[in-house]
Order: sequence, then structure tokens, then C-alpha cells
Amino acid sequence: MEAKAILETIQMVAEENLDIRTITMGISLFDCIDSDGVKARQKIYDKITTSAKDLVTVANQIQTEYGVPIINKRIAVTPIALIAAASGDQDYVAYAQTMERAAENLGVDLIGGFSALVQKGYQSGDRKLIASIPQALAETKRVCSSVNIGSTRAGINLDAVGEMGRIIKQIAATDPVNCMSLVVFANAVDDNPFMAGAFHGVGEADRVINVGISGPGVVKRALEQVRGQSIDIVSEQIKKTAFKVTRMGQLVGSIAAERLGVPFGIVDLSLAPTPNEGDSVAEILEEIGLESVGAPGTTAALALLNDAVKKGGVMACEHVGGLSGAFIPVSEDAEMIRAVEAGRLGVEKLEAMTAVCSVGLDMIAVPGDTTAASISGMIADEAAIGMINNKTTAVRVIPATGKQVGDSVKFGGLFGRAPVMAINPSQPQAFIQRGGHIPAPIHSFKN
Amino acid sequence: MKAIITVVGQDQVGIVATVATKLATLKINIVDISQTLMAHNFTMMLSGEWDATQLSFAAAKTALDQLGQQTGLTIHIQRQELFDAIQKL
Repeated sequence: MEAKAILETIQMVAEENLDIRTITMGISLFDCIDSDGVKARQKIYDKITTSAKDLVTVANQIQTEYGVPIINKRIAVTPIALIAAASGDQDYVAYAQTMERAAENLGVDLIGGFSALVQKGYQSGDRKLIASIPQALAETKRVCSSVNIGSTRAGINLDAVGEMGRIIKQIAATDPVNCMSLVVFANAVDDNPFMAGAFHGVGEADRVINVGISGPGVVKRALEQVRGQSIDIVSEQIKKTAFKVTRMGQLVGSIAAERLGVPFGIVDLSLAPTPNEGDSVAEILEEIGLESVGAPGTTAALALLNDAVKKGGVMACEHVGGLSGAFIPVSEDAEMIRAVEAGRLGVEKLEAMTAVCSVGLDMIAVPGDTTAASISGMIADEAAIGMINNKTTAVRVIPATGKQVGDSVKFGGLFGRAPVMAINPSQPQAFIQRGGHIPAPIHSFKN
Repeated sequence: MKAIITVVGQDQVGIVATVATKLATLKINIVDISQTLMAHNFTMMLSGEWDATQLSFAAAKTALDQLGQQTGLTIHIQRQELFDAIQKL
């Protein structure tokens, strides 16, 4: 092998923050359903702790042998609203505590799946689960929650949109930081390894290993080599880089799956920023030629980036899945924070960007006096973008209780710091209060 | 087992000999080797191969980490499959 190729590979990891962002084991809990909640929770605890008992050990082994950092070890389970529905329990906080205890025992960073799927309507477990979310997130550290309120095939559940606005306000009233563990989705995917939105879809195998890889720094560095050249070259360069990065995910995922004796699911190639310098998606957009993220042209540059990442990744691994694309979480991207604080990037531009990126309005702090209806309105807008464009969209918004524009909310670690952003003060109250269901779009009728 | 070993540090007499001796003691066969000076920094890349039943990866890594500490060199060892996966179709 050429020395240049070896040096390039070492440099990708050592200087450009290339890493495996997460190895996530998906575990089905359908065989844990029981009419007695206590028994169900015992089965859940046993299944999670036996299925994933070697997850952390294997991840650490791979990290040592291959020299690639594996940042997070995570677990995703079947949406708890489906599993707990058969029990007579009136609230599901105890299920979240069981998940927490299992995750703590295994040493995994996060566990997702305190979730409900209500895009078409509520089943009995969904209402109880959603009502339990504020307390569940307040009493646990590792549990992540998600609610799917719309899809291209089913339309948007406006009742759920209204309810989630109120739930988010309720969570923030206790501690705004807890809001980072809840994602409201449209078109949620079944095999997403990234938190807080990971859950193990109902059509998935009993257990599966999914891998999420990152590497905005690697793409940025690669683009520095083609400054001033045509946009076609930029696209090619991103594809080539995404290919290399995804190959690493495929290798690590297949080794992890083999050592754990679990089928390998998908590689999710998502450019996921961290607050570390040189690990920013906004910097890639600026390298493409924007003075600052948020400038006119930002949406076009992001569309190109997102698409080229997918094209490069698709050929590099057996199965691409999850969210695959570029993430734009404001608090987790140092350059994005700078742009917001300099007044160069607002919520409206971010919303436009979500039409072409892989997720949605992510890790955005809004003033503490933002109404539940306004948050529901943001959720409805994002869900509409996802529904009409056949893509996943999400809202992870943090009402910064007691704070105003100019303040910020600190999360710490990889989650960074979210500057409080101004939102349009006019109210969508009457629209949200109508409730009901926004019908599925015309292009959903494909049969 | 195949691994890529890289050695970086201040140039000094006998680096190649020191590293090669250690590898010989560990019964790691050098399949390929290249070495250069980059801005007074000694940089060497080795492809090594050994019998995994006789020496675990972790043991090889520990031995080389110790050598690195004794000599003030930065020695990295990574399994070769990573490089093949990223760089070869």
C-alpha cells in the first residue's frame, strides 16, 4: 500500500475528527409484552442486558485494534407505547426507569425508544406514554424519547402536534436541558442509530447492529484542496470523501456485528457536527463559498452537500439507512452558534435548510415565553415539509425557561450550547386548536 | 494478523534498529517498510504480520506503547483491514 494512502487514513482520524459516532444495537421488545407491568419490565430489563452485555467491550476492542474512536455505544428498543399498552399501567415512567437501569448497568451512553407512533391516530398506550414523557425525562439521564406525528403516507396528526407543543413546554418548565432528549418526527425511520430519535422499528429483526458515522472535518479538509474550482468538482470531492468515510463504517459495523453475533443492519452516513473546532457542517458550507452560513445560497449549498454525501455513501456499504445526510443542530456546531450570535442565521433560514438536509430544526433554543401553540406551529411546519417532500423531518426545540434572545442554554459535552433564537411573535393558536388530521398528500397514493 | 505500524519522532541514531529489534522479539515479520524525514521528523511506516495465536493485538500494542514511552517516539499500530477498507475498492 502506498505511503500516501496510509498517511491520509491516519490523518483523517488524528487531525480531522473522523470517528464512528455511534454503534447502536436495536433490540425488539415484542417478546417482553405482558399484561402485568412488573413482569413486562423485568423481561425488558433481562432482554436488554443479555442482548447487549458485550456491546461496550466489543466497541472498545474495535477502537483499540483499528485506531478509530467510537464515541457512543447506544441501544434502541421497540417503541415503549406498543410494548406497555397491554399492561394495565396508568403511567409509563417505570418503563423509562427500567430502560435507564439497563443502560446504566451496561455502561451505554444513551437508550432510545421511549417512543410513540401516532401519525394516523392514538392507540391506548400512546396517550399514556406521551403524558409520561416529562416525568420520564426528568427522572432519567440516558433515556431518549421520540414521537412520530406525521408521515407522507398518513398525513399529520394535528391533535398530536398540539399535544407535543404542550409537552415540550411542560418539560422545559422543570429543566430546559431535558428537552434535548425528545424529538418530534415526521416520517421517522426504523433503523436510525442517532439519538435522541433512535428506536427499533416494528419491522426490524429481533436484534440488529446499526452504525452512525461522522466526519464533517474530513469533508472540509478535502474541499480545501479544490478551492475556486467548479461546483461539479466540489460534488465529486464530497462523494469521494463520503465513500471513504462510509467504508470505515461498513468495516467497523460488520466486525461489531460478527463479534456480537447479531446481524448487521445499516450504516448511517450523517455529517454530524460536534462543538469541537474543525468538526462543523457550517464550515463546510462556508468552504463551498458562503461568507457565513445563513447567507443567500445556503440552502443550495446544503442541498448539494446532502445529496453528494448520500451518493458517495451508497456505493461504499451494503446497506445505507437511518437518516444519512447532513445534520444541522445549532448547539452542536461551533460555527452555527457563531452565525446565530452574529445575527446571520435565523429560525426561518434554518427551516428552509431542513427541506434539503437530513433532519430538521435541531437543538434550537427559543425564548422562555414562547407559547405551546408557537412550538406546535413549528412542529406542524416541519412535519409539512417532511410529508410533502417524502423525507424525515424533526423538531428538537428547547424553550429556554426564564431566558430571552441573547442568552443561551448550556448542555455540555457533545451537545454544546444553544443561543436563544428569536421566533415570529404572531400566534397560530386557532389553527392548532382546530385539532383533527391533515390528510395525506396526493402523491402518497401510489398503489 | 496484519497491521500498519507508524513511527514518528525526533530523528536520532538507531530508530529503525530499535523498532525492528522489538518487532523481532515479538515475532512480528516486517512485510514492507518505508522511511523518510519530514521537517526533521523521522517518519516510518511498516506493514507487519504475525501469528495471532501466539500474540494478541492488545499485547503487541502494549509492547509498542512501552517502547514508544522509553524512546520518546510516537508509535501507532492499527489493523490493516481499516486501510484496505478505506483506500481500496
